[in-house]
Amino acid sequence: MALNSKRRILALTGVLAVALTATACGSSDDGGGSDSASSGTSSIDCAPYKAFGDLKGKTVSVYTSITAPEDAPHQASYKPFVDCTGVTIKYEGSKEFEAQLPVRVKGGNAPDIAYVPQPGLLKTLVATGAVKEAPPEVVANVEKNMPDWKQYGEVDGKFYAAPLGANVKSFVWYSPQMFKDKGYEVPKTWAELLALSDKIVADNPSGDVKPWCAGIESGDATGWPATDWIEDIMLRTAGPETYDKWVKHEIPFNDPAVATALAEAGKILKNPKYVNGGFGDVKTIASTSFQDAGLQILEGTCYMHRQASFYAANWTEGTKVGPDGDVWAFYLPSVDASSKPVLTAGELTTAFADRPEVKAFQTYLASTEWANERAKTCGSGGCVTANKNADPNLLTNAVDKLSAEILTDKSATTRFDGSDLMPGAVGAGTFWKGMTNWITGTDDKATLDYIEQSWPKS
Amino acid sequence: MTSHVLVEVAGKIPEPLLRAQSVAGKFFLMFFAIALFAVVFGLVLFLASLFKGRTGEKFQGVLFVGPAIVLLAFGLMYPAILTIIQSFRGKTGEGSFSTENYVQMFTQPELLLVLRNTAIWVILVPFIATGVGLLYAILIDRARGEAFSKALIFLPMAISMVGASIIWKFVYQYKQTSRPQIGLLNAILKALGFETQQFLINAPLNTFMLIIVMVWIQAGFAMTVLSAAIKAIPDEIIEAAKLDGVQAFKMFRFITLPSIRPALVVVITTIGIGTLKVFDIVRTMTGGQFDTSVVANEFYNQSFRFDAGGLGAALAVLLFVLVIPIVIYNILQMRKEA
Repeated sequence: MALNSKRRILALTGVLAVALTATACGSSDDGGGSDSASSGTSSIDCAPYKAFGDLKGKTVSVYTSITAPEDAPHQASYKPFVDCTGVTIKYEGSKEFEAQLPVRVKGGNAPDIAYVPQPGLLKTLVATGAVKEAPPEVVANVEKNMPDWKQYGEVDGKFYAAPLGANVKSFVWYSPQMFKDKGYEVPKTWAELLALSDKIVADNPSGDVKPWCAGIESGDATGWPATDWIEDIMLRTAGPETYDKWVKHEIPFNDPAVATALAEAGKILKNPKYVNGGFGDVKTIASTSFQDAGLQILEGTCYMHRQASFYAANWTEGTKVGPDGDVWAFYLPSVDASSKPVLTAGELTTAFADRPEVKAFQTYLASTEWANERAKTCGSGGCVTANKNADPNLLTNAVDKLSAEILTDKSATTRFDGSDLMPGAVGAGTFWKGMTNWITGTDDKATLDYIEQSWPKS
Repeated sequence: MTSHVLVEVAGKIPEPLLRAQSVAGKFFLMFFAIALFAVVFGLVLFLASLFKGRTGEKFQGVLFVGPAIVLLAFGLMYPAILTIIQSFRGKTGEGSFSTENYVQMFTQPELLLVLRNTAIWVILVPFIATGVGLLYAILIDRARGEAFSKALIFLPMAISMVGASIIWKFVYQYKQTSRPQIGLLNAILKALGFETQQFLINAPLNTFMLIIVMVWIQAGFAMTVLSAAIKAIPDEIIEAAKLDGVQAFKMFRFITLPSIRPALVVVITTIGIGTLKVFDIVRTMTGGQFDTSVVANEFYNQSFRFDAGGLGAALAVLLFVLVIPIVIYNILQMRKEA
């Protein structure tokens, strides 16, 4: 019976599709079904998901901080899985994600899957007992595709959440044209970066044009871009091992190593000669949104803006991003050429249910098939994944390509965003707040002492 | 355990009643709620009609008050008690008994600043808003175009706090002095030849700039109530005073003010309670950054962002404790009048 009616529907859609093309409607949506040529999606091997049994008509709810306009491309990448299994994915994006998710979990209203961008928050959620351990299928995929990232989904030796998207934070955005006009070279070392900044200051004695523009305003999350600065510089001045100790609080937050990094950041962010191009004095960094800050490069009032790969989606429409375009990014130089530390971040696929359809979807999201599909259905960029087996040639966006290159570079030492790894009270609280106050006038020592005393004692 | 049962039950409720994600679902849910209300109300009326006579009246009273008491108990008392318990259970609100949160609240410099800010708000807003409202009400009383002038100052009341905050954020917008200004206030400063200011960043000026927004919203409410009270003063009293040769200021001091005292008390206490709870303005305009946080904002941050549910609960309890005397004073005043 069921088969019969299914066939009839297929036949009907076939007739409909023919009729539509005949009337030259030109609509190319999935009238025919599994035909991959029609919408650019590819058919994948369904076997890994068939193993979870018949999932037709089941629903998986997804809760994330990825909202419009980035949500539609994300959902597009689920299509092969949906085609294979007949599972409906209920996608819900919220800008209040970090505040709302714990509330929903506590209230017994957890989603099936949440994309948690902070390993620190994952730890808090695991402590509530609501998070399910990753099924063996997911573990196998993660070990095969993203072994370096596995640790971020682990809490107390158990593996919970598979990494999903990935982005590179160690970028400085600039205008290749402006650099060319003045004969500036992309700096290769930290000293060269500061020398270039000084040169730009000297070349613009009026002070209307400054080397740097920065902004850390981000609503509820104001301060986070400044924490990225400190993390990036920590990796450079103190090295990855000390960085790890700092993040795990094996050295105090006000350790001399952190003080050195903060002082180094201050050389740029709190130097009135260097900042804040197009906006005003140092304090304006606190009230300028991180989205707006870099746009001054297009106005020609500043030369450099340090921000992650995802800033690519933020340029005004019509801006060409690329080595010969209006804007492009260079790797934030390390102290010298001998090391190449890279600051990264990404989401973790956290499951609150262990129904077969949820497990199947988790498995799909950890697969190379998904990573490739994500690259193919990518919108305006930001489609790099933690998956090292994904085909980098599928990425369309220039910055995505560069990010993937850096992520798979053997000589690079990657570290996850430290504030995301720290306990939420610090990493999404006092660290943000402390850095904001640091920008508006608090000195280095008071800032570090304040954050240190807020570290949860347990 | 119980949550499992709840999820089971929830799974059987049709979608519109659970989350109402479609437009039709939302409408359905609305009509369902109205129908449910009507049914419950009808049931209460029906049951009440069954009781007759003197003893019956008592049952009727219980029936009428009952639903309200049940709802208050579940919706207000129960969470309030939970909050108080939580506030005594350590930073996350899940540990063993301790007064740590209250000690923190009154010793940590950062939280002391929050208390100081709230104090500034509560002292300034009710009096300035009422003062402005009163002055305005007297000035326009029986003047030409009174209705229009009233509408002007009352309009901000119609705007939500968040809306008002966004408007004022534009007014305070900062650009370098040398650049074109988009903020009204800085544009004026520039036109007069002054340097432009970062109103929302420079402490403690920024707290006062936020207070102005609250005054702007509340002055209309004060003006409306006080204007009505002024109009209710009997003409005979005013005439008698005039015949006695009372001048304008004395008229205000000895006739107007005593006559509208009850209204003044209501206005000041209402605005006072609203100010204690102020959250939207601070969150929208500065997010509590730059030393502008107040108790309600800090409570939200601690509870929902910093994973410090206990400390958040303690702040909520503090708000509750601070509001109580104002409410009691208000009720006592109303009793006196009645």
